[in-house]
Amino acid sequence: MTTLTASRQRYLPIIATFALLVGAYGFGAAQYEAFASGQVVLNILIDNAFLLVVAIGMTFVILTGGIDLSVGAVVALSTLVSARLLAAGVSPLVVLVLVLVIGGTLGLGMGAVIHYFELQPFIVTLAGMFLARGLCYTISVESISITDGFFTTMAQTPVSLPGGMHVSTSVVIAVIVLAVAAYVLHFTRLGRTVYAIGGSEQSAMLMGLPVARTKITVYAISGLCSALGGVLLAFYTLSGNALHAVGMELDAIAAVVIGGTILTGGTGYVLGTVLGVLVLGIIQTLITFDGTLSSWWTKIVIGALLFVFIVLQRLVSRRAR
Amino acid sequence: MVLRMTGIRKRFPGVVALDDVDFRLLPGEVHALMGENGAGKSTLIKVLTGVYGVDAGEIELAGEPVSFTGPAAAQRAGVSTVYQEVNLCPNLSIAENILLGREPRRFGRIRWAPMRRRAEELLARLDLELDVSAPLSAQSIAVQQLVAIARALDVDARVLVLDEPTSSLDSHEVDRLLAVMRTLRDEGMAILFVTHFIDQVFAISDRMTVLRNGKLVGEYETAEITPVELVTRMIGKELATLDELEQVRPERTVREELLRAEEVGRAGGIEPFSLGIQRGEVVGLAGLLGSGRTELARLLFGADHADQGTIRVDDKPVSLRTPRAAIARGIAFCSENRKTEGLVEDLTVRENIALAVQASRGWTKPLSRKRQEEIAESSIKALDIRPANPEAKVGELSGGNQQKVLLARWLITEPRLLILDEPTRGIDIGAKTEIQKLVTRLAAEGMAVVFISAELEEVLRLSDRVLVLRDRQVVAQLDNDALTPEQIMATIADGGAE
Ligand SMILES: Nc1ncnc2c1ncn2[C@@H]1O[C@H](COP(=O)(O)OP(=O)(O)OP(=O)(O)O)[C@@H](O)[C@H]1O
Ligand SMILES: [Mg+2]
Repeated sequence: MTTLTASRQRYLPIIATFALLVGAYGFGAAQYEAFASGQVVLNILIDNAFLLVVAIGMTFVILTGGIDLSVGAVVALSTLVSARLLAAGVSPLVVLVLVLVIGGTLGLGMGAVIHYFELQPFIVTLAGMFLARGLCYTISVESISITDGFFTTMAQTPVSLPGGMHVSTSVVIAVIVLAVAAYVLHFTRLGRTVYAIGGSEQSAMLMGLPVARTKITVYAISGLCSALGGVLLAFYTLSGNALHAVGMELDAIAAVVIGGTILTGGTGYVLGTVLGVLVLGIIQTLITFDGTLSSWWTKIVIGALLFVFIVLQRLVSRRAR
Repeated sequence: MVLRMTGIRKRFPGVVALDDVDFRLLPGEVHALMGENGAGKSTLIKVLTGVYGVDAGEIELAGEPVSFTGPAAAQRAGVSTVYQEVNLCPNLSIAENILLGREPRRFGRIRWAPMRRRAEELLARLDLELDVSAPLSAQSIAVQQLVAIARALDVDARVLVLDEPTSSLDSHEVDRLLAVMRTLRDEGMAILFVTHFIDQVFAISDRMTVLRNGKLVGEYETAEITPVELVTRMIGKELATLDELEQVRPERTVREELLRAEEVGRAGGIEPFSLGIQRGEVVGLAGLLGSGRTELARLLFGADHADQGTIRVDDKPVSLRTPRAAIARGIAFCSENRKTEGLVEDLTVRENIALAVQASRGWTKPLSRKRQEEIAESSIKALDIRPANPEAKVGELSGGNQQKVLLARWLITEPRLLILDEPTRGIDIGAKTEIQKLVTRLAAEGMAVVFISAELEEVLRLSDRVLVLRDRQVVAQLDNDALTPEQIMATIADGGAE
C-alpha cells in the first residue's frame, strides 16, 4: 500500500499538469468555437517543435541537477551556420551533420569544464551562451534567408494525419527525439546514471558509477538537441538570424519545471516536459485567439497565466496527497 | 595475501589522518579494523578504494601494485565496499540502488523484471522481504544500510569492505549479516570489517588491526586477545566500566507529568498509543526493524502530524503539527539520520551546534559570535569531539564525531523532553559510555528523555520504563526493574500477550 501511494506521488505533478492542460483546452473550446478542433493542438506542436527538442535536452541536464543556459544561443548559432553554409552552396546533408557536430561539441566542452574544474553549470553555460551568441554576430549581423530546396521542402510539406489533420515534418522529428529520450532515460544505464547523479552525485561516485562520463554526456546531449532545435527553427522560419531564440533557454527551463522535473535533479520525466511545452503553447494560443492584446500585453498575460498555472498545479498535487 | 598496504600516510589540512600505517588481509578471513572515533579507519578504506589519493605508501592487490582512480576502478579489480555513511540514491528504487551499474541487460536495454527478481534474491540472503520497486527514501536507515550491503554482496569480489555496516541494525539483522559473512569467508573471500561493537568483533573476526590517532597500534589474532585488552589498545588507557551507572540512576522523588499522549496515531505510521512521560524519566523504546520506533518519536516532535488522538503538555492540550511547535514547548528531537535530516556538512562545528539554540530564539535575535564559541567549546569538551576545533567543517569529521556534534546541538537547547533516536550510532565505546552517563545525569536534573536504540542492552541500562513495539504498535509498557534483553525479546515475540 505504501508503494502504491509512493509511485502515485511520483506521477502526481504530471497528472496534475495534464489535468490542467485539459482544463485549459476545455476553457478555450468553450470560449472560441475554432479552438475545439484537434488541429489547434497540433498547431501548438507545429509552432513549438523546436522548443520541445531543446527542452528534452534540457531535461537531461536538469535531471542531473545541472542547468544549461546556452541553449538559446546555440539554437541561433545553428540557424545562422545553416543559412550561411546553404547560401554558399554546401549540400544540406553536410550542413545538417556539421551543425549537429558543432552543437554537440560545444556541449561536450562545457560539460568537461563543469566536471573537471568543478565549476557551477550556471556560470559555465552562461559563458557558453555569450560565446555562441557572439559567434553568431561574427557570421552575420543580419538575417540570412534560406532558399535551399531541401530546407523549403521540409518546411512546407505537411504530414497528413487521419481526420484531415496534419503536422509538420519538424513535429515528426521532435516526436522521434522524444521517444529516443524516453527510452534512454528509462531503459539504459546512461539514463539511470543520470537519475542517480541527480539523487546524489557523491553517492553515485561511491557506488562506482561513471559520474564524469555521464555528466559530460548530458551537456553534449543538450548541445546536440539545441543544434537540432536550431535546424527545426530554420525549417520553421527559413532564415538564420543572430536574434533568433533570445531567451529560449528560459522557456525550455520553464517547460521542464512545469512538467514536474525538480531543479535540484533526480526526479522527473521527459513526458512531463512535453506537457510543459504544451502548457506554454496553449497559453500563447489562448492569447492569440483573444486577439485584442497588443504584443507587450501578451508577455504580461503569459506571465500571469503561468503563475496561475503553477499555483494551481501545486494545489492539485497537494490536495491529491 | 590478497591485500597489503604498507607505509600509508594521508594528511588533510591540519590533521594527519594516517601516519605510516601497514595493513594486510588474507583470503578467507574476516579482519576487524578497530579504533576510536577519528582513528582513521574510514580514511584507510577510502585510500584503499581510491576515493582519496595517498601521500606516501603502497597498496598491493594479489601481489600487484595498484592505485585506484576511484570506487569504480576498485570495484572492477574486485574490491567491493560499503562505505560508512549510507551512500545510495534516495530518489531511486531499492532494486536500482542494489543493481545500478550492473543491471541485467539485453542489447543495452535494462530488463526491469529480472532486475527486480535479482534484487529480491539478494535481499532474501539478508532475510529481508521488501517491495523492491519502492523508492529508497521511504525506508529507515537500517533498511538503507541493508540495501547498501546487498549491493556490495552482488559484486563478484575478492575483497569485501564493510565500514560499520551494523551501526543501525538490531540483533536479528546482525546475526543474519554475520552468517552471510561466514559463508563468504568460507568461500575464500577476504572481508574487512569495521564496527564499534566489541561482541560482534569477537563473534566473527579471525584477526584484527588496531589504529589509534592515525597510527598503527598492532595486529592481533582474535583468539589471543581479550575484549579488555582490545579496548585498552584502542583507547590507550583502561576504560572505566559502566557498572557505576546503575547506582547513578536515582530514585525520582517528584512525579510530575510532562507530556501525555492519548490514543495518538497516524495511519500508515503507527497504531494509536497512549503514553505519559514524567519529568526526569527515561523512557526507552524497544522493537525490531520497522516496528515503528522512529515513527512514534516523530509524532511526539511534530515531524509527522498525528491524524488522531490528543497530546497534552503540562496538562494543556497542544497541537504539535510542526517541529517548531514542539520546540516551542521544549521538545527536542535528535534524528537517526544525521546526513539528510541533521547536520549541514558545509557549516562548521560551531555553526552546526548553534543552529538549534538559534532557531529556538528566533532569527531576529542572533547569538553573538562569542556566545556561539563558548557553546561550541563546552560541547566539544563535554562530548570529546575530535578534532577539538570549533571551526572545522562538519563534513570533514569522522562519522562518530559528526554524531557527537548532532547530539551536542540538541543538548544545549536544554529541552524539557529530549527524544534521542539512535544517538550512539557509530560512536566508539568510550564516548558511548560518556553519552550514557550524560543522559542519566540530565534525567536526574529533571529532563525527560525518550531513548531509542537498536541495542537492547543500552536501552535497558538507561531506561526507567520500556515501551515495546511490534508491527507499528505499542504492545507493552514495562517498568524496568531488572528487565533483561531476553524478556524484551520474548515480549516482542509474543506480541505482548503476556
Ligand atoms: N575529508 C576530510 N577532510 C579533513 N579531515 C578529514 C576528512 N576526512 C577525515 N578527516 C579527519 O581524519 C581523521 C580520521 O577520520 P576517519 O573518518 O578515518 O575516522 P574513523 O576511524 O573512521 O572514525 P569513526 O569511528 O568516527 O567513523 C579525523 O580526524 C577526521 O577529522
Ligand atoms: Mg569511520
